Amino acid sequence: MLSYTIRRLLIAIPTILILVVACFFLMHAAPGGPFTSERPLPPEVLANIEARYGLDQPLWKQLWDYLSNIVLHFDFGPSFVFKDRDVNDIISQGFPISLTYGFLSFLVATIVGVTLGVVAAIRHNTWIDYIAVSLGIAAQALPNFIMGPILILTFTLWLGWLPGGGWNGGQWQYLVMPVIALSTSYMGSISRITRSSMLEVLNSNFIRTARAKGLPERKIIWRHAMKPTLLPVISYLGPVFVYVLTGSVFVDIYFSTGGLGKSYVNSALTRDYAVLLGVTILYGTLTVVVNLITDLAYAWFDPKIRY
Amino acid sequence: MRDARDRFFRNKAAIVCMVILALIILFVLLGPQFAKWNNEEIDWAALGDIAVLGVPSIESGHYFGTDPLGRDIYSRTIQATGTSLMVGLIGTAMAMIVGTLWGVLAGYFGGRLDSILMRIVDILLAIPLTLVVILILVVAGRSFVTLFIALGAVSWLTMSRIVRAQTLALKNREFIEAARAGGVSEVMIIFRHILPNLMGVVIVYASLLVPEMIFAESLISFLGLGISEPYTSLGALISEGAGTMAYGTLWQLAFPLFFYIAIVITMFFIGDGLRDALDPKDR
Amino acid sequence: MKRSNKIILSVLFNALLASTTLADGHIPAGVTLADDQTFTYRVLDEHSSVDPQVVEDVTGAEVVRDLFEGLMNQDADGNLVPGVATGYEVNENNTVYTFTLRDNAKWSNGDQVTANDFVFGWQRAADPELASPYQWFVELMSIENAGAVIKGEKPTDALGVRAVDDLTFEVTLSAPLPYFPQMTTHSTTFPAPGSIIEKYGNEWTKPENIVSNGAYILTEHLPDERSVRERNPMYWDNKNTTIDKVIALVINDENVALTRFLAGELDRTEVPAGQFPRLKKEHPDTAISFPRLCNYYYTFNLSDSGPEAFKDVRVRKALALAVDRKIITENVMAGGQPEAYTFTPAAVAGFTPPDTDMAKMSQADRDAMARELLAEAGYGADKPLSFDMMYNTSEAHKKVAVALSQMWKQKLGVKVNLANMEWKVFLETRGNQDFQLARGAWCGDYNEASTFLDLLDSESGYNDGKFNSPELDGLLEKAKASANASELYTQVEEIIAAEMPVIPVYHYAGVYMMDSDVGNWPVNNVEQNWYSKNLYKVAQ
Repeated sequence: MLSYTIRRLLIAIPTILILVVACFFLMHAAPGGPFTSERPLPPEVLANIEARYGLDQPLWKQLWDYLSNIVLHFDFGPSFVFKDRDVNDIISQGFPISLTYGFLSFLVATIVGVTLGVVAAIRHNTWIDYIAVSLGIAAQALPNFIMGPILILTFTLWLGWLPGGGWNGGQWQYLVMPVIALSTSYMGSISRITRSSMLEVLNSNFIRTARAKGLPERKIIWRHAMKPTLLPVISYLGPVFVYVLTGSVFVDIYFSTGGLGKSYVNSALTRDYAVLLGVTILYGTLTVVVNLITDLAYAWFDPKIRY
Repeated sequence: MRDARDRFFRNKAAIVCMVILALIILFVLLGPQFAKWNNEEIDWAALGDIAVLGVPSIESGHYFGTDPLGRDIYSRTIQATGTSLMVGLIGTAMAMIVGTLWGVLAGYFGGRLDSILMRIVDILLAIPLTLVVILILVVAGRSFVTLFIALGAVSWLTMSRIVRAQTLALKNREFIEAARAGGVSEVMIIFRHILPNLMGVVIVYASLLVPEMIFAESLISFLGLGISEPYTSLGALISEGAGTMAYGTLWQLAFPLFFYIAIVITMFFIGDGLRDALDPKDR
Repeated sequence: MKRSNKIILSVLFNALLASTTLADGHIPAGVTLADDQTFTYRVLDEHSSVDPQVVEDVTGAEVVRDLFEGLMNQDADGNLVPGVATGYEVNENNTVYTFTLRDNAKWSNGDQVTANDFVFGWQRAADPELASPYQWFVELMSIENAGAVIKGEKPTDALGVRAVDDLTFEVTLSAPLPYFPQMTTHSTTFPAPGSIIEKYGNEWTKPENIVSNGAYILTEHLPDERSVRERNPMYWDNKNTTIDKVIALVINDENVALTRFLAGELDRTEVPAGQFPRLKKEHPDTAISFPRLCNYYYTFNLSDSGPEAFKDVRVRKALALAVDRKIITENVMAGGQPEAYTFTPAAVAGFTPPDTDMAKMSQADRDAMARELLAEAGYGADKPLSFDMMYNTSEAHKKVAVALSQMWKQKLGVKVNLANMEWKVFLETRGNQDFQLARGAWCGDYNEASTFLDLLDSESGYNDGKFNSPELDGLLEKAKASANASELYTQVEEIIAAEMPVIPVYHYAGVYMMDSDVGNWPVNNVEQNWYSKNLYKVAQ
């Protein structure tokens, strides 16, 4: 197990390198650059700007400089759009925000989703199941760009209970709506996967054997059924975890939270090369690490899985 | 197989949902016959005061009301539902095929192949979708086919991870080991034993993907790839309606959302029924 | 030449006059001020910078105008009023401007604002090393040696600016420029605190480091969430400043912003397209609309890569005629936008729109004429005109594009394929003449018709439709040095009306929800150069 983990961590380095190189070339292949604007700049001005940001260098040189700055100085370069800030600033400002509401949303979605799914499966085809299923469908049917406006209309305009947006250091009043909006649709999906996985497990031979042995139902579920049930849920949660941690662009747009999700999407649209690369590296590292953790978790959930 | 069909037809919820889905398709096919306005025509009179003249009414011929531009939501919803259903189903089918194969290969053979395949997935999960879509647009141009390529490019990744995990768990089960000991070929084991046992998870996840695809399409169309005006999709209609929901024109959200929710519900129960029906129970 | 001298003198006179009235304060008698003088407004997106020489977006410029003060300011009607300079003189051939600075202007750290701070700021703006995107503005100002400095051929101190003494700042132009004084209200020309920039480098605009000479200082900046500026006690006119605190909240979604406005969280927000009539009915004191200095048009691709059909002026005219601008402005945008029959907005100072036939006709006549022209050009039921039309993705642009395409389809039987594109792809595609009909819009850099009409100059880098009329080029060239530019601009518009290289659709309006307790919002300032120091909030 340990050697597998070490091996995976070693592979992570070339993986992220490939990601950076691929993203770098994709980025430069996309039409328009950071300084393409409605008002085309005179050539001499454009030349100055390109010289300042090193964009006049050959691509391989730009890539090399970029990578060596990261390795030597942990410097991810300047933002081409937000001239007062560099990428380190942008990530260190936005990521803690995304992390806070993302992690909370993840917890809420997972806990509520798994609970709903398990309860529904255990009480299959009873009214409890129907309620849980309806809740799951309702959660799934309300995408966050409907949830956003509905929440703000309800809690800010009509009830006047919560501020309509902002972050303010992450006080709870500012967290409630982003967390609800971000967690609902995942909650629906998680409960859905959990429910059917649990149903499948409860129908399987080894559970029937356990039942035949006369074990109490509670014990069967907790001791035997829970782990295999969660296996597909864990695979689904991996990418979801990364996605909510790097922030949802919808949350940042509707609630002005200032998280990283918006910077990520905007940097691609504005061709803010360094920001896009920087956030992609963060995103990639998280993906690699989280997928490693889920892979290790598989072995814990099912001891027969070995690497 | 007959067993599976019988089991499926015994599942009442699934049958009801099959009927609903059939009705939706029927509506998409026959609905235009009853429309007074086509999906692109602007009702210039209604445009003057949408909140009053654009309300759903049999009389004006706008059964579902009009959008902010005075276009008939009835016709637009029909066209959008057809488009989105197709996008959802084809996109999901692509994800199912590619994701399942990828995941089974990685999980079953393990080792270096697993490592390569899964690192590719890691990379693709982290590459900014916006860039990929823009490049597809530039290289291949705007069309329905490129829309599906873009949708397919992103949708199979999570599927492959789920399938791989299940395969990892399955391949060490007694019945697989027994088959292997009995000299059954690897390909046979995959097709006979692994794939049927994966179907449950794959179908459930696929039923979740359908609504996801419907919204992924509206993001991709935002970037200029895929569906363009005057054609529309449920994702586009719903996000437009969501923006104006406080302005007294709630029908602009309600009708498209109704069809979307109907699709989500039918997918849920049909997926459930299929999962039940296809469960081999031989583990 | 004589005449332009007179104009400038009168500007100066107005400026002095305005300064005396301002000294009495800007609050009308009988108004009770609110206790809480905080002005909170919505911005669409995070500002690019608050560095005066670097900032390139409108949102950032609004902040910079509060934080820094240049030589001249604008009043509520857009006229020049003194800023740090109390006035200026110009030599006989209109090439050397001498500004006299007030002796009580201070930086927020207490230092005196001197002519050297302006010299530093202006040189900095042109410095290739800073590589400001607004170097083009320095070139546009025709300052001596600007081009050479920007190209790196001459050192920055070769730029034609000089501190005669601490309170006298002199600018030398390479050629006379009638609207030069107007340009000194632009943020690129603001002073910069040399010692602070040297000390903190790129970090100097952070709230903890920044030193500024305007009525406000930056006290808080949470990117993508808010920025806060508070009264600068060192500002020379601080006693006449009323608003204590200005908060800009970043809210991307205009519908959410409106909800938050209605919930009382904002004093100002934009009205989403189409919602103005309803809001005006429900909130008559709050919903306001006024003309802006921006146009909205569709441009034909007249280059070799453009479609053959558009080379025929009859086709271009037919399409322009069939656009029912009343429907676009009253029903689609519905925010009090003026209908556009000229490329230059009528709100531009000193511009007289020509008396074109199109503007005078009824829409029915226009439609009839359009059908005739199109038939003459050889298009009809048996040979329908068909083309692609592209716009950048946006809810409002989509509405206009769809409405136009339907007008053409229903009136002329023209088939239009609509394509939306992400902004950068759109710009690249349009810039490469890889289109047939494309959306365009332009906001004036300064309040004069040439800022718009230059777009159609065949040499212009902004002329994406590649319209080429030597006559128009000649008129524009002549206007640069003419005392009677206004007439020439009218003639240029006549050429545009005859050749129709673009279809003007409407001119922008500022359409806001503005809390009725906000006083003195400069609705008559078409450039919308507003200063928080001139606002006040009334007790309610």
